[in-house]
Amino acid sequence: MIELIFKDRCSSCGSCVRICPSNALGLDTDGKPLIRDQAACQTCFMCELYCTADALYVDPDCEHPVALNAQEIRESGLLGQYRRDSGWDEWAADPRYANQHWRMDAIFALGYSLLAPAAPRTTGETDEKR
Amino acid sequence: MCAASSFYSATGASQSLELQADVLVLGGGLSGTWAAIAAARAGARVVLADKGWCGASGVTATAGPGHWWVAPEERRAAIDKRLASAQGLADPHWMARILDCTWRTLPTLTGYYDFPRNEQGVPQYRGLRGPEYMRGMRRLAEDSGVRILDQSPAMELLRNADGRLAGARGWQRQARRDWQVRAPAVVVATGGCGFLSRLLGSQTNTGDGHLMAVEAGAELSGMEFSSYYCIAPLDSTMTRSMVYTFGSYFDAAGRRLEIVPGPNFTNALARALLQGPVYCRLERVPETLRAHLPYVQPNLLLPFARRGIDPYRDKFPVTLHAEGTIRGVGGLRVVDAHCQTGVPGLFAAGDAASREFVTGAMSGGGAVNAAWALSSGQWAGQGAARYARGISFARNRGLLLGLGGIGMPRQPGERTPDTRSLVRRIQEEMHPYDKNLFRTASQLTRSLAVLENVWDHLRHAPQGHGGDPLRVRETAALAAVARWCYGAAQERRETRGLHQRTDAPTQRAEFDLHLRSGGLDRPWVRRDGLPAIAWPGFENRSHHA
Repeated sequence: MIELIFKDRCSSCGSCVRICPSNALGLDTDGKPLIRDQAACQTCFMCELYCTADALYVDPDCEHPVALNAQEIRESGLLGQYRRDSGWDEWAADPRYANQHWRMDAIFALGYSLLAPAAPRTTGETDEKR
Repeated sequence: MCAASSFYSATGASQSLELQADVLVLGGGLSGTWAAIAAARAGARVVLADKGWCGASGVTATAGPGHWWVAPEERRAAIDKRLASAQGLADPHWMARILDCTWRTLPTLTGYYDFPRNEQGVPQYRGLRGPEYMRGMRRLAEDSGVRILDQSPAMELLRNADGRLAGARGWQRQARRDWQVRAPAVVVATGGCGFLSRLLGSQTNTGDGHLMAVEAGAELSGMEFSSYYCIAPLDSTMTRSMVYTFGSYFDAAGRRLEIVPGPNFTNALARALLQGPVYCRLERVPETLRAHLPYVQPNLLLPFARRGIDPYRDKFPVTLHAEGTIRGVGGLRVVDAHCQTGVPGLFAAGDAASREFVTGAMSGGGAVNAAWALSSGQWAGQGAARYARGISFARNRGLLLGLGGIGMPRQPGERTPDTRSLVRRIQEEMHPYDKNLFRTASQLTRSLAVLENVWDHLRHAPQGHGGDPLRVRETAALAAVARWCYGAAQERRETRGLHQRTDAPTQRAEFDLHLRSGGLDRPWVRRDGLPAIAWPGFENRSHHA
């Protein structure tokens, strides 16, 4: 769930509040986001993706709030990782982060071929695909 | 039923937003955006209302569908293969329609989605990454002239004095005011219902559209096919299943478990989880692939990175999250090629609609379901635009009647039912593997009794809204969908596709039929024989039984 907001990094653009699918965030009197309803957070990480200031941190635990050391997170390199790996904004032109999603079919096929020599051929209808 | 002009005004909310449109689309996910765009292209004035934010809401935005994408010369074989798994309940003509529509549509997104090229320089259209796909769909909707209302859950459909469908109204949860859209045609694209499991991106999908449409007179189909589950690391939402084809699975004592990717994967994992914790290690992911994975699915590895787990070396506990009807099959029954429900002017698309036409008794997975969402959305949008053209402007005036019943807030104030405990009671019937995945008549009967009790509780509860008009209504929708799922599951006394009855473990010819359902205080199930379908080599049996 959403755990940390680094207000010193925040640009007060309001994107995270606006785009949160479950309306878990609100604005404080300074126009910066606050965690309005943590239990409503659906741990989808979309707020991080839309935060060009990398000022939010969502913990992967979707069931329980966790105690975090904000300083450790700040120095961990995890802030902005999702946005960078997605090749958004300033990373869009960086070939290291180009979208390789199209490899999914080949990856499924590889997974099954490692299991059994007579693996099902991918014809675009792999049931698990998403 | 209350008059439209005084919906929540007693909350002290600012003045309500009132709009007129030809087509109103409820839901801004994959099918909803396609519906809105298609309706706008057909010349309609379109409003789209999303519970969250169109572009980030729903199960597409957080994942990434590989569509059912088959070249024309390979379609016959692909259809025949799926017909075999559909176990008599699908229609090959609808399969051909979505294959054709998907093939023609995806390349038109160029400019809104940056289709990558493979090593040979060929654009790759089949699989789209979710956040970028839905960001592009939002932009395309805006460029097409669609008016988008974000953070605007619909609460109920409306009728006019003639008894015709006349739009919907709801709540703007950030602006804190009512909204109302008068429109002769409405597309329900509110997604499936996973009963608030931790399935990635599914917290907005609480079955609201199913409830609203049934209140307006629509019926459902295939609700017994509602038991899809997806693997994720324990306590996480990361239901990206691709990499688990490379998993090895262990029990708490470190013994290897016979859990093999393929058709029996979910059953084997669920049985093991009923015995105790199950651990996974992704040791078979080749080194070369590990370097690519963060750029194939950038969210896949977030839970591991943030816990300091090396999933290729360390064992980590896993679980299965319920998807209900999301990658299940059942939903609103559409009765014509434009995805109209039985209610004139009311259309259904995507996961909110029954997908039996294209999947039969088996899940369509992400691929067929994405092709269905894209196609049914466009057909519903076109159908809604065409329907609206036949409605005179005069009918767009006058008094409106709200059709919402159970769970509608009727007064301001704090006196609301304890939705948290009611939701938990619904989940305790709909999520456990030994209740929903492995079904028996006796357990279904017990679960339905609990769900009936929840329903009664909601019916007789105080009708305040505690500052959040949506929560009680969502709880009612969850309860309604749960009762429809299990009502149909009880009626289908056999095992077929997704629907597994351990007390009736084989498929039976007498159930070569569709189960329709509906009803509110008195839910019902009806058996409909299969229609005759002309397709070489294909025979669905009940029409000549």
